[in-house]
Amino acid sequence: MLTRLIQSEPVYLFLRSPAAILAAFVAILVIGGAVLAPLLAQSDPYDLSSFSLMDGLQPPVWQGGDPRFLLGTDDQGRDMVSAILYGARLSLMIGLMSMVIASVLGVGLGLAAGYFGGRFDAIVMRIADVQLALPAILTALLIDGISRGVLPPEVHQDLRVAVLTLAIALSLWVNFARTARASVFVERNKDYVQAAMIMGQHPLRVMLRHILPNIMGPLLVIMTVDLASAILLEATLSFLGIGLPADSPSLGTLIRIGMQFLLSGEWWILWVPTLFLVALVVSINVLGDFLRDVFNPRLR
Amino acid sequence: MLRVENLTVQFPGRFGVFTAIEEVTLTVAAGEIHGLVGESGAGKSTIGAAVIGLLQPPGVVAGGTMTLGETDLRALDPVQAHQMRGKRISMIFQDPQTSLNPLMTIEDQLIETIQAHEDIGTAGARARAVALLEEIGIAGAAKRIKAYPHQFSGGMRQRVVIALALCTNPELIIADEPTTALDVAVQSQVLDLIRRLADTRGIGFLLITHDIGVIAQITDTVTVLRGGRVMETGPTGKVLRSPEHPYTQALMAAVPPLDHKLDRFLVPHDDRPVLSAPEGRSAADAEAWLTAGAQILGEGLRLQDVSVRFSGTRTSLFQRPDAFTALDRVSMTVRPGSVMGLVGESGSGKSTIAKVITGLVQPSAGALYLGDTDLPPARTRGRRDPSRRLIQMVFQDPFSSLNSRHRIGEILTEPLWLYRLETDATKRRDIAAAMLDLVGLSADAIDRFPHQFSGGQRQRIAVARSLLARPRVLICDEPTSALDVSIQAQVLNLLKDLQARFGLTILFISHNLAVVRQMSDDVTVLKDGKVIESEESEMFFTHPQAAYSRELLSLTPGFPKTSPQLG
Repeated sequence: MLTRLIQSEPVYLFLRSPAAILAAFVAILVIGGAVLAPLLAQSDPYDLSSFSLMDGLQPPVWQGGDPRFLLGTDDQGRDMVSAILYGARLSLMIGLMSMVIASVLGVGLGLAAGYFGGRFDAIVMRIADVQLALPAILTALLIDGISRGVLPPEVHQDLRVAVLTLAIALSLWVNFARTARASVFVERNKDYVQAAMIMGQHPLRVMLRHILPNIMGPLLVIMTVDLASAILLEATLSFLGIGLPADSPSLGTLIRIGMQFLLSGEWWILWVPTLFLVALVVSINVLGDFLRDVFNPRLR
Repeated sequence: MLRVENLTVQFPGRFGVFTAIEEVTLTVAAGEIHGLVGESGAGKSTIGAAVIGLLQPPGVVAGGTMTLGETDLRALDPVQAHQMRGKRISMIFQDPQTSLNPLMTIEDQLIETIQAHEDIGTAGARARAVALLEEIGIAGAAKRIKAYPHQFSGGMRQRVVIALALCTNPELIIADEPTTALDVAVQSQVLDLIRRLADTRGIGFLLITHDIGVIAQITDTVTVLRGGRVMETGPTGKVLRSPEHPYTQALMAAVPPLDHKLDRFLVPHDDRPVLSAPEGRSAADAEAWLTAGAQILGEGLRLQDVSVRFSGTRTSLFQRPDAFTALDRVSMTVRPGSVMGLVGESGSGKSTIAKVITGLVQPSAGALYLGDTDLPPARTRGRRDPSRRLIQMVFQDPFSSLNSRHRIGEILTEPLWLYRLETDATKRRDIAAAMLDLVGLSADAIDRFPHQFSGGQRQRIAVARSLLARPRVLICDEPTSALDVSIQAQVLNLLKDLQARFGLTILFISHNLAVVRQMSDDVTVLKDGKVIESEESEMFFTHPQAAYSRELLSLTPGFPKTSPQLG
């Protein structure tokens, strides 16, 4: 079993692609750090009692800072390492959740549109066109605005993460729907699908058990690329102040806070989370490109 | 003229070096048509690619010599090789659809090719192009030269491809399956043209094909390949009539003859290990299970005045698109327990009939009957309609008819589960394994994926799947046209056996008249959606009534009259 895995095509190609190996290394480092944040971080950045103002604005160690704080502290005395690990945790969670919601929604609609065709297909695709015409940030602003108006303030505060996730998911589902629909058009004329239809299998079964596994390749690629987009989108929204507040900082929020110190010499408060975000997004994108090459050898 | 000696071509890969061609020697003289025949993977096309210098990387010529006249083809640098291609060696590909540029007129493509090899004015090149088109038999060439490829039919397009190959007066033309994508009538015209060019212009042809009929019709000499090695070579008549090598003999025995009906084919090689299947999973169990159904005899099938119209492409927003008539009042009766052969050229509506019967296409008029009961057409046929189980289908391409993400076990147990023929999951697996034994595969195939099997094995799996529904009617749409002759013989044998044992009704759709003769009791000929002739099979082949049927029969490439015996 293990030898079969090692000899398989993707693993073979992976071991011959330095970019993919480096990207996977970075991604594992970042994601591992984020997942294990409660174990790794020396203080809880959300718990105001765990740090003190006395330690505020410490530079990183190599610039003569306090050895307790590897990458320095912010103005509140928060350890940057802990803040970033927790921030990445929040960013990744929102990114993953919205990617999952977008893929379920998009793949579901795309599968059905491609399978049934006709009027249903036309309606779904026109909605997708409208969605594409609206920039993601506008969608997010709209949903945020509506939820603010509809929900009582304290509930809205509690549901901020959910609202943000939903907003990002709604702006990403179109990619999935279009890819799924195009792949279904190719697959549904293949004999194995025709065979299933002749046998009188339920359309849902044909879609989910027969077609879906065969179009997973392109969808997996979209999933990785859109995970990166979702993380970036979340960072953008938080940076603009629509996303998460300063008391539960994601990477975007950290960058926004850091902006204030850009010109005052405390560069690390801005640059450390920014570089962290760049490393995460670039490595996920490189992995996505690698996956695309594996699934579509002709592009190589 | 062309001399290839001890040619060896290798493909270095991940798992070591794969030798595609080993020590192949052949010669082509001027005006000679040399046939290169073999089953898929025999290395036919690789030899052609090596000669013209277009081997796909990582393939390399590892040994041997290739000379054209006095020129050593292996010693050429890339620039010289490029000039050699087209100038002295040309190539004709299988699909005229893709070897012409759809955005350029025939004129532009011909003139471009002529000017690429010769310093000649546009007017001169055009005159030459028109002369060429006339030579290859395109009437009104001066006018038709302005047309785009899509305005020509498939056969005409292949003629244009040949004209392109002739532009530069080559000495050698490599034709890689030049007629495989064409109908018989067109095929024989193109083959005649090739013969004429060899005779009048003295061009040597290297004709690569898997079709022994084509070989028999026009080649002077033939080389039989298998696994990259030459099995036998010599004058065509001699090799085909009295083959010496056992492989050639077996290959010839597997070719379905057009002039008489065989009970069974002699199968060239059967390297299937003889393993006794475990208890409860043997062919006998499968047979017992199949015959345990209430009625085992096949059901009759009748089509009455079935018409199918498809709406064409919309050209205007305000006009209804023109309808295209795929089937025009087709009536057909398949007797219970018999095999009906359905023949016709591409576009004649053969597959549409299959789709109407299986409920994929809604007929615009007409009625269908299964036995004595009405068979509801597509839109009114429910998912639980009994005919869903009684009518099963075997598709042409075994590479796309099995879901590549499912294991064989899942594929085979699906009909049992779907039609509630067996409720117990373990028993379903047992029946599936037994059915694999019945179609001649070992029971351990059940845990593997379709890509781990060859084309012929997959077609057996597809047959097993259709049998697991306990069908009464089997629709086979070109079930062997994607397979090599020896594999075709095995699958046809399997279908014959099953039909004889279980009295299935089979609708056998094929463009290959020889195969139809071997399989069917009755024959229906279709042309442009209309039934031309419907006749008892042997009557049809000995005394065809309609003029079109006679034409079809006479155009099918002849096979050696005396069928060779296995020595």
